[in-house]
Amino acid sequence: MKLFRIFSAAVGALALTMTASAAGGAKHAHAPEKGWSFASPTGQLDKKAMQRGYQVYREVCASCHGMKLLSYRNLGEKGGPFYDELYPNANDNLLVKAFAAEDEILDPVPDDAGDYVYRPARPSDVFRSPYPNEQAARAANGGAYPPDLSVITKARGHGEPGSGASYVYSLLSGYPDPDKIKTKKGEDGLNINYIEFDKDETVGTLIQPNGQYYNPYMSGDSSANWQGDPRHVPYGGFLAMATQLSDGRVEYMDGTEATISQMASDVAHFLQWAGEPHYDARKKLGLPVVLYLLFFAILLWFSYKRIWRNVDH
Amino acid sequence: MSGHESTYKPGNGFTKWLDSRLPIVRLAHDSFVDFPTPKNLNYWYTFGGILAICLAVQIITGIVLAMHYTATVDQAFASVERIMRDVPYGWLLRYIHAVGASMFFLAVYMHMFRGLYYGSYKAPREVLWILGCVIFLLMMATAFLGYMLPWGQMSLHGANVIISLFGAIPLVGESLQTWLLGGPSIGNQTLQRFFSLHYLLPFMIAGVVILHIWALHVPGNNNPTGVEVQDVKKDTVPFHPYYTVKDGFAIVVFLIIFAAFVFYLPNVLGHADNYIEANPLVTPAHIVPEWYLLPFYAILRAITFNLGPIDAKLLGVIFMFAAIAVLFVLPWLDTSKVKSMRYRPVAKQFFFGFVAACLLLGWVGASNPDDPIIAMGSDKLVVTYTDAQGIDGSAVFTEYDEAAMFRSEQQAAGATASMAVQKAPAFRFIHLGQLLTAYYFAYFLLILPILGLRERPKGEPDSIHKAIIGSHSSAQAVPAE
Repeated sequence: MKLFRIFSAAVGALALTMTASAAGGAKHAHAPEKGWSFASPTGQLDKKAMQRGYQVYREVCASCHGMKLLSYRNLGEKGGPFYDELYPNANDNLLVKAFAAEDEILDPVPDDAGDYVYRPARPSDVFRSPYPNEQAARAANGGAYPPDLSVITKARGHGEPGSGASYVYSLLSGYPDPDKIKTKKGEDGLNINYIEFDKDETVGTLIQPNGQYYNPYMSGDSSANWQGDPRHVPYGGFLAMATQLSDGRVEYMDGTEATISQMASDVAHFLQWAGEPHYDARKKLGLPVVLYLLFFAILLWFSYKRIWRNVDH
Repeated sequence: MSGHESTYKPGNGFTKWLDSRLPIVRLAHDSFVDFPTPKNLNYWYTFGGILAICLAVQIITGIVLAMHYTATVDQAFASVERIMRDVPYGWLLRYIHAVGASMFFLAVYMHMFRGLYYGSYKAPREVLWILGCVIFLLMMATAFLGYMLPWGQMSLHGANVIISLFGAIPLVGESLQTWLLGGPSIGNQTLQRFFSLHYLLPFMIAGVVILHIWALHVPGNNNPTGVEVQDVKKDTVPFHPYYTVKDGFAIVVFLIIFAAFVFYLPNVLGHADNYIEANPLVTPAHIVPEWYLLPFYAILRAITFNLGPIDAKLLGVIFMFAAIAVLFVLPWLDTSKVKSMRYRPVAKQFFFGFVAACLLLGWVGASNPDDPIIAMGSDKLVVTYTDAQGIDGSAVFTEYDEAAMFRSEQQAAGATASMAVQKAPAFRFIHLGQLLTAYYFAYFLLILPILGLRERPKGEPDSIHKAIIGSHSSAQAVPAE
């Protein structure tokens, strides 16, 4: 079995190679203090956290960010935040129907007169988009395009379970403290926002460009706005989204205290599910498959021993 | 083996009737049941069977995925996500197919290193080896085409980098590039032709695999001693049940690893940027291919110098393709009469060096070429200025405060001054890549040809069964390799 040891070493080396490719200028994202319920091999998504996360998405994120790969019915499907055994068909789920009906969408199908009319959404509809098109989104956001959040946890992680959710969590809760951001008058009389750094070797002033917000977890390069040692530029970069979460920004229906960390963690949890609605099903199927193969391998091993018992090799 | 007499006896009227018209059952019987196979094959020899399974898995999952996939630039990304979300067990199919590509390459690299170690490319198996190289080339083409289909950022920009390599070819390069893309740049027509070819090539692979097995069954299997079969009775066992069960065990162990990736780490082998829909206007910060192409990518990027009239870009392309082409002529580069490295103690060391070089090339391919591996000294600050008289100057500092003070002094004196980082000399990934590339080619073009003539191999056993007896008497209870 020496050979299999070498084999597994090669697989390990391969995994190492992959993580090595994930270097960047942003600060390494981290999970909330209590970790992710879904990150371990047997871990599953936390339904309550997903439900709270959906509330945060609706009340905070959805005003700028669309999720065009999701339909309202997904919320009530197996593995989803509002799945109810009473409604195996998610289109019948009362809660899902109510969520959908809160949004008014432009019917993708014309009415009998050939006109496109607005109507309340149904569970089968795609999530309402905050903007009719990319141009409108950019025009409303100072030229920046708020990315679609459907697969954001898959697009920002490194493939390890939870890394994408950790990114969302770290970014949302990682903005510098508002009183750290100072303002001074520039030469042209306009206000300039800046942040002072004095930690370790990163000492200096970071100028925040107009309409841009510094975040250590944002990928990018802040060196052009850094007044200090260019060998020790602060982590991260700028994005057009200001900090969105403040304590009590939403009032949770289940009474949970809405701290910044709580909301960031909940919405990351929701987005983790949204990126992969069959996440729980995948993990649940994994164990029986691996156990079956293991059992099969043991049977084959003894068959092999028996068949070869009289052959010198 | 070709000289081996068929032992197939049709059992009933129908098989007798069929056997005299199309002896297909006889062919299968002689190839996969009664085929004499050396007794001493170890687990490294199970990767052939594993690869057959990989190809079958890719074709079956691929055909079903194609039923749901839409090959247009507007819908490709969403259609892949739709497969993952709305097609029953579509997530499973797609993850098996995506992880399966990595597993296929993992197995093919094991299979190739096995062939290199035991000298399986040497006479009388040169054609067998070359057909294997053809399969490898087709696999790389298929994987490259398939990576385009999810229409993510890496799909688009990775394909752009690779196709633009063809543009480096003198005279015909630009026309060739346009012909491959179906237009001046990657567009809908490119995605559709990539899809079409991605569907075609696996069947070409299957065809060459049949030739590969045919070419294997003429001389018969090589084995860890590298000594040919002399006595079919003493040296071999029938393929079935002996190797069906041994291969079967190895295949299932391989499937456990496969399943672990599919169910627990399905995205760890891919690049996160491929979950961002392709956008020609935004280029990712680091464009990297899938892991299995990284060593060749490292060789491509290692060439940063011109050679005579050949510029660095073209030279890099030449080296990258040469890294694969050299495999085709390997049977004539290795001059040693001894096949197995077991009996070539010096060559063995170089071989393990070669394996290490390939793994490290993968690491280099994944890294930023300019990043230091070993830094010599620390980075310094350099202030460059142009003073009021228009005279240029510069000064180097270690401390930031001194540099900043010098800069403001200059500015106060009416000069323009700016500060930049002067990187400390370092051994960088690009340098490691160049060393490893040199070793990669030296292994094939210098070490194997020269060593084969000069080394003194250990005594080979007279035959396979004597080697088996020898291994038992010299070291008791050594587990079979």
